[in-house]
Amino acid sequence: MSAGPRTPFENPVVEWVDQRLPIFTMINKEYGVFPTPKNFNYFWNFGAIAMFMLVTMIVTGITLAMHYAADTTVAFDKVEHIMRDVNYGWLLRYIHMNGASFFFIAVFVHIFRGMYYGSYKAPRELLWIFGVIIFLLMMATAFMGYVLPWGQMSFWGATVITNLFSAIPVVGTTIVEWLWGGFSVDNPTLNRFFALHYLLPFVIVGVVFLHVWALHVTGSNNPSGIEPKTEKDTLPFHPYYTMKDSFGLVVFITIYAVFVFFMPNALGHPDNYTPANPMVTPAHIVPEWYFLPFYAILRAINFDVGIPFTDIVFFEAKLGGVLAMFGSIVLVALMPFLDKHPVRSARYRPKYRIALLLFVLSVFVLGKIGGMPADAPLMHIGSFLLTTTHIAQLLTLYYFAFFLVILPYLSKREKALPMPESINDAVLQCKSGKCCEA
Amino acid sequence: MNKTMEKNSMFKKLILTSAAVMALSVPSAHAAESAGVHEIVDVPFSFEGPLGTYDKASLQRGLMVYRQVCAGCHSLKRVAYRNLEDLGYSPEQIKTIAGDVTVMDGPNDEGEMFERPGRPSDRFKSPFVNDKAAASANGGAIPPDLSLITKARHGGADYVYSILTGYAEAPHGVVIAEGKHYNKAMDGNVIAMAPPLSDGAIAYEDGTPQIVSQYAKDVATFLTWAAEPEMEHRKQMGVKVVLFLSIFAVVMYAVKRQIWKKVH
Repeated sequence: MSAGPRTPFENPVVEWVDQRLPIFTMINKEYGVFPTPKNFNYFWNFGAIAMFMLVTMIVTGITLAMHYAADTTVAFDKVEHIMRDVNYGWLLRYIHMNGASFFFIAVFVHIFRGMYYGSYKAPRELLWIFGVIIFLLMMATAFMGYVLPWGQMSFWGATVITNLFSAIPVVGTTIVEWLWGGFSVDNPTLNRFFALHYLLPFVIVGVVFLHVWALHVTGSNNPSGIEPKTEKDTLPFHPYYTMKDSFGLVVFITIYAVFVFFMPNALGHPDNYTPANPMVTPAHIVPEWYFLPFYAILRAINFDVGIPFTDIVFFEAKLGGVLAMFGSIVLVALMPFLDKHPVRSARYRPKYRIALLLFVLSVFVLGKIGGMPADAPLMHIGSFLLTTTHIAQLLTLYYFAFFLVILPYLSKREKALPMPESINDAVLQCKSGKCCEA
Repeated sequence: MNKTMEKNSMFKKLILTSAAVMALSVPSAHAAESAGVHEIVDVPFSFEGPLGTYDKASLQRGLMVYRQVCAGCHSLKRVAYRNLEDLGYSPEQIKTIAGDVTVMDGPNDEGEMFERPGRPSDRFKSPFVNDKAAASANGGAIPPDLSLITKARHGGADYVYSILTGYAEAPHGVVIAEGKHYNKAMDGNVIAMAPPLSDGAIAYEDGTPQIVSQYAKDVATFLTWAAEPEMEHRKQMGVKVVLFLSIFAVVMYAVKRQIWKKVH
């Protein structure tokens, strides 16, 4: 972005602009000739895909906002107005609704890729932390967006989640009333959620800018986790990765389109097609699927934490659950400091690889449990009744142990496999059949 | 078989396991949500599947069932008479259907409310003026609006069909409170609505069997249309979009291969 040495452009208009504001030079430097490791696999598509989803959400969201009104008496009707009377309103809404899910799918894969190939390690710690901040902002945005149609699950989901803040000692209740703008989730809550749901995506855009800026300072990680050393290791971003990203994006959009056009409500909950009713509580209040693992962690802490065999309680179950839920995401941000192993890629760290894949499996199972009623019985083991809560507790324990015990332990103890000299050597090894598609 | 290959197969197994867990988490239309026996019958409907369309004759019969039976208690307030064009009715026929009801309008220039016949632009007239009136007339239970019922229940059209055909004698030992009814499809098996349909209750003009199961199927079709009037358009557009994207993806892959050919 600075006025460095500039190569003149042939097109006189482009050249005129570029002399005064070297934006074309910047685009060429950052997206044209930008040296990019040549060994990316398709996991590296998901950053671009997430970016595409963010833009899609903003464009459809602004259009939907033109037809919506954040007032409890009409919000539900307005959404149905969009579905029935606005030209292609159903298409806009289904793109937006399923877009939230597909944005999360893209970001989950993107985060997994970072974990598997060690993209969070030095010098990319800040880049990683910006990413986790984006993820948190996405969660807040998605949560508030789900409230806007003012269906049963909107209302009760908002009630459950905002009530979590009441677990904070002393000031909890005050904070919750401040969030609500009253004594329950009501019109002021809907109004501010709409305002914030409109604002936060632009905050996300800001943090994405920082995320990408930081990426362009350090350069991308790659599946081998080895930094590029010579020109042999890299390719210009364009046309190689513009093309590869475009192809991956089209495949992703195709799957997304199948949901939008053929099963637009498969990822939602039927209760949200019933208008919000503060007098009727749904049988099971469940958040959207992308929150389920965290919801399972929240519910897994159903016991007070204190000194055993005494009456001393440090924090009650509710606060414990809230701390565990937020802690589970904070730990992701702290990964660069918990995992100090010098080798980045799980390709060369067999033990880390197993621990990480088990971690992913436990997140999936936590998600499954998060969607089931609490304490659902599973089986009898002798006189002991095994419930979903027990499984959730076990997996929550593994979740935390992965970050707090396994990562620090492996940092010191794990012996890495022999590594190739360079990215180029890694690619040649693959070519000769001696590795490792992962 | 070397060590890395072994690891790869383990990696694949984990991915597959994860995918299986994911598949399990996708809400299944027929999964019983609660502990109560809760039987949802899987009925073959014409609008199912990616190429499904509404059976217009069934929609028209379903409208008859709604107007003659359901409309006594259940509103359909998000559907306008003009929307009935989708069912194959002419503007004249729609005017006649809308004109069957009297709606309150106004105030006029003198400031008076007045009654007039319904117009195509009106929404379906609700049987009760408000929820209190609905509750009072129905022993305290408000009959839900049916505009979105197939989207608001697990099972959708199958759910509506199952409720309408699910009335039975309560099993031995199950006590049903006064004014309530046993229903196999209802969550908890107790429903406030009395069995609404009986064989021969509605006189079909097209020779279709006049039996409860046929009525139920037709009205479930009609209510699916009421909830998702855009479905046919959506699916037809979807076929084009997905076809285009698939071909585009193949082309993109070919271009990508071409560009990357010289690398390595």
